[in-house]
Amino acid sequence: MPRLRIQQLLTRHVGPIDLSIGAGECVCVEGASGSGKSLLLRAIADLDPHHGEVRLDDASCASLPAPAWRRAVALLVAESQWWSERIRDHFEYGVDVAWIERLGLPAAAMDWEVARCSTGERQRFALLRTLMQAPAVLLLDEPTGNLDQDSTRRVENLLDDYRQQRQAALLWVSHDAGQIERVAQRRYLLDNGRLQESGRQ
Amino acid sequence: MNVLALSPSDLAIAALLILALAALSRRLRIGVERPLLVSAARSTVQLFLIGLVLKVLFESAQPLWVALLATVMLVVAGREVMVRQKRRFVGGWGFGVGTLSMFVSSFTVTLLALLLVIGTDPWYAPQYAIPLLGMVLGNTMNGISLGLDRLTQDAAQGRAVIEARLALGQDWQRAISDSRREAMRVGMIPIINAMSAAGIVSLPGMMTGQILAGTPPVEAVKYQILVMFLIAGGTGFGTMVAVSLGARRLFDERQRLRLDRLRLPAH
Repeated sequence: MPRLRIQQLLTRHVGPIDLSIGAGECVCVEGASGSGKSLLLRAIADLDPHHGEVRLDDASCASLPAPAWRRAVALLVAESQWWSERIRDHFEYGVDVAWIERLGLPAAAMDWEVARCSTGERQRFALLRTLMQAPAVLLLDEPTGNLDQDSTRRVENLLDDYRQQRQAALLWVSHDAGQIERVAQRRYLLDNGRLQESGRQ
Repeated sequence: MNVLALSPSDLAIAALLILALAALSRRLRIGVERPLLVSAARSTVQLFLIGLVLKVLFESAQPLWVALLATVMLVVAGREVMVRQKRRFVGGWGFGVGTLSMFVSSFTVTLLALLLVIGTDPWYAPQYAIPLLGMVLGNTMNGISLGLDRLTQDAAQGRAVIEARLALGQDWQRAISDSRREAMRVGMIPIINAMSAAGIVSLPGMMTGQILAGTPPVEAVKYQILVMFLIAGGTGFGTMVAVSLGARRLFDERQRLRLDRLRLPAH
């Protein structure tokens, strides 16, 4: 049974979309700016009103309280957002120090003010923050958009391990053809609000 | 009481101030002469009208007429709250949130004062009920419109942060908690400032009026304290109710932030 199953999903400018992602599978979506990639991820995370059904294992989105759904089907937005003074204030479920190091971040940075961190550091901390809530599905909106090559590889490696160990399903929006080659088991093109399969690896 | 009655010529002298100000505004091209004259004329006509209404009302003291006037005041205040919002709720909520909150807080506070504190007979005696309600309502209106305006602006501008918090599995109350707290604070600041400055920096208008009309200062002070506390209660509770209702309305049953429930600002 697929981990994430999307049936006839219809939201603003996007759809209908049918897509299943198995446990431990990574699916990439590419498409021009404005093709609706972010809207698709928002609808799956139930942040926008939508029609159709999304199921996690055998639970439908509507059957779970919205916060529980969003903890399990976690959206990581492209621009990381912060609301408290320090990085640590944003980690409710603690933090895995080994993961901080794997992402090439200084462990002391947990106690830094958010303003002191660079855009790339914040983006990696935002990824950690999401991983710490142990989601079964990750909806990633250009998770390496602001990162250099070394950091990009570190993020890809960590996500790869997470996917295999937790049998997580990943839906990964990327503009980087090389990255898609490296991480995707299946890839799709989102064009005019419709998904088209764009070749298997 | 030794009330010194004002003659029309007394008022005319005061009106010369407005005319002089308008002339200066025109000469310096500040451009406020028209709104200044219009608002001065409006307040003159409106105050005389309410004076006539109160005169009739005091003589008859029918509960129905008191209730009718109170309703008119509430509806006008509700409309005022609505038009002061840069991004107001679409549909009935635009008028409803503010009006309901004002009704709950102002009417409760005024009733409390009439029944438990002043103890007039009958309790709806218009000499007390209408001026008290007017003062509580006017201030509550300010607090609520400031608070709601702040809440909706904050939610619209802080949309990315609120949605990031929702995406991390926070419930809607936590996701909007910062904006809600700030909106309540903004709504209550004016009355808190007014209470701090009362008597030292400013002599409140009601007390000044009573003293000018011949009431002994200490009596006037006691009424002013009462009114201040009523206003603070009305404003505070009203702002809390309005901001809470507004925050609730910003999210739907699936705890999604629904900014489409706000009208776009009309610049």
